[in-house]
Amino acid sequence: MSVVSISSVNKIFGKPGENQTIALKDIDLQIEQGEFISLIGPSGCGKSTLLRIIGDLISPTNGTVLVNGKPAPQARENREYGIVFQAPVLFDWRSVEKNVQLPLEIMGKSPHERTARANEMLELVELNGFQKHYPYQLSGGMQQRVSIARALSFNPPLLLMDEPFGALDEITRERLNAELLDIWSRTKTTIVFVTHSIPEAVFLSTRVVVMSARPGRITQIIPIDLPQPRSGETRESPRYYELITQVREGLRGGEGMKE
Amino acid sequence: MTESTLPGALVKNTEDDVMDTLGADVSVPPPDRSRSLGMMLLRFALVFVFVIVLWEGLKFIGGTPWRFSTNDGALFNFTWFPPFPMKFASDLNMPHLWDIFGAFIQPAQRNGPPLIQVLAQAAVVTMQAALAGFVIGTLLGLLLGTIFAHSPLLERALVPYVVASQTIPILAIAPMVVVWLKAGWWSVALLAAYLCFFPVTINTLRGLRSPDPRAIELMKSYAASRWTTLWKVRYPSALPYIFTALKIAATTAIVGAIIGELPSGLGEGLGRVILNFNSEYAIRPHKLWATILFTALVGILFFVTVILVERVMTRNMRKLES
Repeated sequence: MSVVSISSVNKIFGKPGENQTIALKDIDLQIEQGEFISLIGPSGCGKSTLLRIIGDLISPTNGTVLVNGKPAPQARENREYGIVFQAPVLFDWRSVEKNVQLPLEIMGKSPHERTARANEMLELVELNGFQKHYPYQLSGGMQQRVSIARALSFNPPLLLMDEPFGALDEITRERLNAELLDIWSRTKTTIVFVTHSIPEAVFLSTRVVVMSARPGRITQIIPIDLPQPRSGETRESPRYYELITQVREGLRGGEGMKE
Repeated sequence: MTESTLPGALVKNTEDDVMDTLGADVSVPPPDRSRSLGMMLLRFALVFVFVIVLWEGLKFIGGTPWRFSTNDGALFNFTWFPPFPMKFASDLNMPHLWDIFGAFIQPAQRNGPPLIQVLAQAAVVTMQAALAGFVIGTLLGLLLGTIFAHSPLLERALVPYVVASQTIPILAIAPMVVVWLKAGWWSVALLAAYLCFFPVTINTLRGLRSPDPRAIELMKSYAASRWTTLWKVRYPSALPYIFTALKIAATTAIVGAIIGELPSGLGEGLGRVILNFNSEYAIRPHKLWATILFTALVGILFFVTVILVERVMTRNMRKLES
């Protein structure tokens, strides 16, 4: 059974009769357990919209989205995914530890369990010792890692990430990419990752989903056969560059169909 | 592949640099000295001294002539004639500061207790009503703000009336409230509440809508109820907005209570004292000035209390601080 199963999903913004935008058109996508899927495309191609539809933050106009075999709204009620946005969206009045504990608090876990789990997660994102700090005392990269720890705190089978490293500098971004792969291999979580960086998508993913804009649709799905685990060496291998070129051409092809 | 090139190791090495720049135990930044209470008092005192110098300087240049002398006039005794007499600096418009401050220790009425004692007793009465009004107004404001934040329909329907309520001069409704509730403590508190609830309503509404939309989506992804989202995200995010309103409400509560006392004919509050000295202004202006100073002090006391509570409740928030 696929972790995410999307069939003939369309999303149209705006009321009928008005200026309607077709954000997504005829999307079909199956995501299997343990995959790392990147959605890449020009701005306005609906990649974030697709991510939000998977997470039931918005509903598709038509089509079906199943998460672990259940409709997306039910999966959300069951807390089956964690989400990370481009901004860390930490709560400034809560310490790092309390931020990570927030989902567990809402789920009614005991204080003891919450503390243990938060410590474990902060260890995972290499922020052990920062429990009592407040968000404003951390750098942007560290804040984003707290946000990842929070998303993983309740052990969701699916992690949705919407350009999580888009606002960070290149050096921090590469470092966090490596760290994310490490977390992914350790937690075996399925990840859906929205990005507009071609090297990032190739470095991280098992498959790259290339999308094009107006209307947003999937033009190509490129399997990434780079060996695991990936590292700094991966970024220097010829195959890595071949795949980057392939994704770039895929993106250009999508644009070409329109022009 | 060697151990050191593993992603994890790579991350660790470079990350140490970040931690170094922050210090190994990233310490809490030192508290901003300019925001400490001591500095606040010092600044207040400095401005106060400046105003005193300006006030008496004006009197020296353009006031009414006055006599410098010791009690019996033996040591020195001469009259100072300010070179450029100005009407607004006369003793009637701007009494000498020693007369104003001296008024505090002189009897308010012939053979009565000193003015300061009369004012202190009156202030206690007024402050009780103001505090009750502040609490009622704040609660009402929080309630209305919360309702409006959750119901755009009610917001559109009722907010115009909330705004309209504030365009009616309080002096116009004060007699009505006094007639309805009978002249008394409660009618005064209600008038204070009437002035307080408006800023609290508007700012609560704004504050509850202030969270990042993604923070709300995050709560949705945790399948959190509206109620949980309200308590864990919306109210904490609204705190800086609410405190801004409470600072306004704290001072208007005093004004509301004093104005409420005027038509109620209550004899114990600051309102009546002001009314009495108003009528004596032409002969004893320094008494009204002393009363004004004292009333301002009461308002500042309310205001500072709110600031102290705010400091404690929002100490880790940096948003909107200034």
